[in-house]
Order: sequence, then C-alpha cells, then structure tokens
Amino acid sequence: MTNERNQSPAFSPSAIAKSPTGIAGFDEITNGGLPQGRPSLVCGSAGAGKTLFGMEFLVRGATMYDEPGVFVAFEEKAEDLIANTASLGFDLADLIEKRKLMVDYIHLERSEIEVTGEYDLEGLFIRLGYAIDTIGAKRVVLDTLESLYGAFANAFILRAELRRLFLWLKDKGVTAVVTAERGDGTLTRHGMEEYVSDCVILLDHQVANQISTRRLRIIKYRGSEHGTNEYPFLIDRDGLSVLPITSLGLEHSVLNEHIPTGIEQLDAMLGGKGYFVGSTVLVSGTAGSGKTSVAAHLVDAACRRGERCLYIASEESMKQVIRNMRSIGLDLQQWVDSGHLKFYAARPTAYGLEMYLAVVHRIIRQDSPQVVVIDPITNLMVAGTSVEVKVMLMRLIDFLKVQHITAFMTSLTHAGPALEQTDAGISSLIDTWLLVRDTESNGERNRLITVLKSRGMAHSNQTREFLVTDQGIELLSPYVGSEGFVTGSARAVYEAQEQATALNEALELERLRLGLEDKRKMVEAEIAALRASFAADVEQVTRLLQQYQQRDQLRRDSQSMIERSRKAVNGDPPNETP
Amino acid sequence: MPEDELGDSRNMLEQGLASAKNAVYSLSLYVTGATPKSTRAIANVTAICNAHLKDRYELEIIDIYQQPERARAETIIATPTLVKHLPHPLRKLVGDMSDESRVLAGLGLS
Repeated sequence: MTNERNQSPAFSPSAIAKSPTGIAGFDEITNGGLPQGRPSLVCGSAGAGKTLFGMEFLVRGATMYDEPGVFVAFEEKAEDLIANTASLGFDLADLIEKRKLMVDYIHLERSEIEVTGEYDLEGLFIRLGYAIDTIGAKRVVLDTLESLYGAFANAFILRAELRRLFLWLKDKGVTAVVTAERGDGTLTRHGMEEYVSDCVILLDHQVANQISTRRLRIIKYRGSEHGTNEYPFLIDRDGLSVLPITSLGLEHSVLNEHIPTGIEQLDAMLGGKGYFVGSTVLVSGTAGSGKTSVAAHLVDAACRRGERCLYIASEESMKQVIRNMRSIGLDLQQWVDSGHLKFYAARPTAYGLEMYLAVVHRIIRQDSPQVVVIDPITNLMVAGTSVEVKVMLMRLIDFLKVQHITAFMTSLTHAGPALEQTDAGISSLIDTWLLVRDTESNGERNRLITVLKSRGMAHSNQTREFLVTDQGIELLSPYVGSEGFVTGSARAVYEAQEQATALNEALELERLRLGLEDKRKMVEAEIAALRASFAADVEQVTRLLQQYQQRDQLRRDSQSMIERSRKAVNGDPPNETP
Repeated sequence: MPEDELGDSRNMLEQGLASAKNAVYSLSLYVTGATPKSTRAIANVTAICNAHLKDRYELEIIDIYQQPERARAETIIATPTLVKHLPHPLRKLVGDMSDESRVLAGLGLS
C-alpha cells in the first residue's frame, strides 16, 4: 500500500526507493519504510528498543517481504537473542534454519586486544560480506557498532574505517540498520550520525508522572517526507507497534445505518432508530447517575444481535461490572462466555496514556469489534494533562471512526454549574451526547436523561425521567403538568392532584346531569297535572252540555204533551192517547 | 567452576609463569592479502620474534581473503591481527606491529 503511494505522482519522481520494515505503523510515518540500499541509524538510550527494532526489521523482511537478513550482534550472543525475541513471537531458530536469517555474534574483549599500530577493519568486512553472500541478504543490522570503540583504542582509524564500512554497505546494496547508544547531549556517543546521513531515528522513553512512555522520532530522512512528530510506540508480544495516529485525515466514510441503543424509549428519542453506526456516543453525568447502565444496554443489545463488543473498563474490574449489571437484569456473563463480549480492564496509570492507547489499538485490531465502550474516559485524566487526553481521545476516536466502530464513552462530571461540559474537553468530537443527571428535590434524587446533541438526526428535545429497575432502564413518559416538568414523588403528588381534580369534575358533571333529570321529571309532572286539569275541564264541559241537552229534551217533551192535550179539548180523537 | 578445573587453570598459570622464559610461543597472524599494512606486519612480527623468541615460536600466517572461515572462528575484526594462543593468556595484537614496545608488552616479553 505504502509502496504504491510512493510511486504515485503526488510524490516527486526522484523519490527514493524504500524498504518496508513491516513494523506496524512505522512504514506509515515514513511513507514506506527505510531508505532502500542505504544505512539508517537507530539511536537511543539503553533499553529504548534499538535491538528489537533491528530484529523486527529483519524478521518482517524475511517473513513478509522475502528479504533475508544478517544480524551482527556485538553485545548479545545469538542464543540470547533467540531466547529474548522468542517472547515477541519471533522464531529466529526457524528462520536461521531456513537460511532467511543469519545471526553473527562478534565478541570483542577489550582486555584481549592491544593496538600496536595502523590497522583496518577488513576482517569485519570479509565476515559481513561472507554472511551476506551466504544467504543472499538484502538487509543487515549492526547492533551496536559502537562497541568497536570500546575494543579498539585508535578512534581516528576507527572513524575512517566506519566511514568506509557505510560506503561499502551502500555498494553492497543492502538496507542496513545501525544502532548506536545515545550520548550526553548528542544523538550518539561517538558521533555516528556523521556517517549515516540518510535516515536517523531516535528512540527514547520519557517518564512523566512516574509513567514511562516509549517514543520514536524521525530526526532526519534525506530525500523523503516523513512525519516529524514524536510517535509513541509499544513493545509487546507482537513486537513493536508505532502509533502514527496523528497522520490520520478526516477522510473516513460514514454509514447511514443505525445501531439500537438497547433501550426502546431511548431509540425513540433518537429519531426512532438509535445511534449511527460508527458514531461516537458520549454519556456524561455525575456519579451514580446510570452511565454504565446505559452502556451495558448497548452492549447487551449488540451481543444479542451477534455483534462483538469490547468493554474497556478503567475503573471497575470485569467481575464488578458484570455483577452490577446483573442487578439491573442484564446478564453480560453469557456474552463473555459466548465470546461476543471482551473486557479489557486496566487503569491507564498502569501504562501511561500513550501506552494505554497502544494497547487498546492492538486489542481492537485483533478483535475487530463493532462496539467499543470506554468507561469512563475521565479516568484517563489521571495519566496525563487535559491536552494530552484530548489528543489521545481524538486519535482513538478517529481510529474507531475509520473502522466504523461505534464508540460509547462515559464521562464523569462533577456536580456544579458546568454539567454540560466534559473534563476532557472533547465534546466537539462527539456525535451523540447524552446527559444523565440526578436532580434533587423534595428530599429525593431522580434520574433524568436528555439528548444534548445528536448529529444528523431529528432527536427529541425532551428531558425524560428514567428508572433503573431490575428489568433494566425504563424511561417514563414525560410528565409535564400545569406546574411544569416534575419528577419522582413530586410527579406522583401532581398526578394524584390532577386525578383528584378530574374526579371532582366528574362528580360535578354527574350532579348537573342528575339535576337536569330532576327538572325533566318535574316538567313531566307539571305536564301531567295540566293534562289532568284539562281533562277535568273537558269532562265538566261535556257534562254541562249533556245536562243542557237533557233539559232541552225534557222541555220539548212537555211542550208536545201540552199541545196534545190542547187538541183533545178542541175535539180531536184521542187515538194517540195511551 | 568445578574444583579440578580451577586447579587445572592454576597449574596452567603456574607452569606458564615458571616457563615464561623458555615457553614455546604459538602465534597466528591474520592478514589481508599483500597490502602495505599486511607486509609491514609480517616483517615486523618476524623481526620481533627472531630478536626475542629465537627458535621457540611457531608463526602461522593466514590470509583471510583466502580463508574467511578461519577469521570467523577466531573473531578477527581488525587486520592485521596477531593472535597469541600460547602461552596463556590469549591476546590479540591489532595493527601493523610498528609499535615494538606494545607488541612486546602484548606478548608478555617486556
């Protein structure tokens, strides 16, 4: 990859050829490795990792690039080297067997040697030439050439001979690494940097706050651009790894997929789908506000979907986290057992910030998890200044983003006015920021959760109360009464009050309804009474009318009887008389 | 170090001291072809040996261009190198042997 970059037109056509070292990260900061066919100087104080750098250069060369190498050791015996590097996973004996590597131990004993006049180092040249030709070496490491100064008195001759040696190595066309001990105020004790002018690398370890950090810096690299920073590096069971993180650009691609938070109601607050995949989520809050619980929900949900998670605990041990989360109904142990969840629990102070970052990097590279939880990041502050922590987190976040790993960090904030602020000052790096807090009122503390920001999604602006139950986190529906937002038992009181009011209203309505019913009955009764009186009137009138008709009939009857009786007097036959 | 070995080296040392005056010297001179330094070294060594060790020295001259494996076995880095195998202790004299007093000191003859 790096080789292609070198050949790309972005680099000048005269860009020098490079030999990839295979050391993780190193080829990245040097744009391809060490200058090919030329000697490079690696200097540093005792224990800085010079020998290891050289050995890894050869081992990687032999195993990854098919370039055999010769290791000339002036200080350690071949057997010691084999034993010492076995702990780094290098099988030197096997490489020697396959003629990919030759370790030549040159023992120089000061007390045995007496200089009696002019000399040269032809013996070394022949020996080296013999070794190079035997296995067809392309790489050579001389560790530590300065031992010659201890053995041979005449520094004047030695200097001239070393100059000749470097020219000879160039002629041979081998890529060489020469190690040298760091001098007092100078790069090397005997001014080796004068001869090796192409590439000079400085290794050292710095101790700050009693924490040691290994660093690597390229002092010069003739004819090539290179990173100029001090890069932290790590020596562990996989050899050296340099962290070229500051060389990362903001070019990572983004995904539009979502990853559920593990809390249904929280998903709803985040546009209904949860966090973005590959985003950085921060949950900040005071002690005991439920940060770890929110994190555990995410982990549990991810593991349930079969994703891999890495939980970096910098305050609690794995067992502690698992026990505590069991109390809220999350069984993380099953995911640990099934291999979905991996814990890495260590205090950052155990390594130093850079080393911590390097270790985290290595684990992430190995496990390639989909979700990484760092709980809490605040603890990193102990291991460095806030600027260092910010830079470190920025690099970690970038690293995770490039790999589309969703990062979930918790941050402990101290109670006070600046709750919406992280100690590490990394808020601008965060994509989704949740704030959990305790509010104290009426003699109790209640937990609230707010989405402070969530880039790229329509998130809820509501503050929600949440409960940590033995079934996990439960968000309550927002309760906004006439008096504003209330929580906890105040919420219960307000709810009761509201219920009482509602009840009263219902009773009042019932009363009105009953009153109306009464009225209706009254009206009906009145109507009935009126009808009754009307009926009575009708009856009376009818009766009067009948009486009148009867009287009229009677009158007419008596009249006709009189007429009939008058006719009899006048002589009419009385045939009609009964 | 085991007892007997310690005894051995003590005996060796005592013998060496006792016979220093008439011990037989076993010397090897490693040179690189016929360079001026090589020829000077050969001449100087021969002269010193003839002057101080007449008839009681063995000198082998090895050209490491011809026999690189010999140089490897003896850890020859600088040339010319004169190795004194016997009498003990082993010493390596580096250079063209032009500093006679140092050569004599190195051979234990001063």
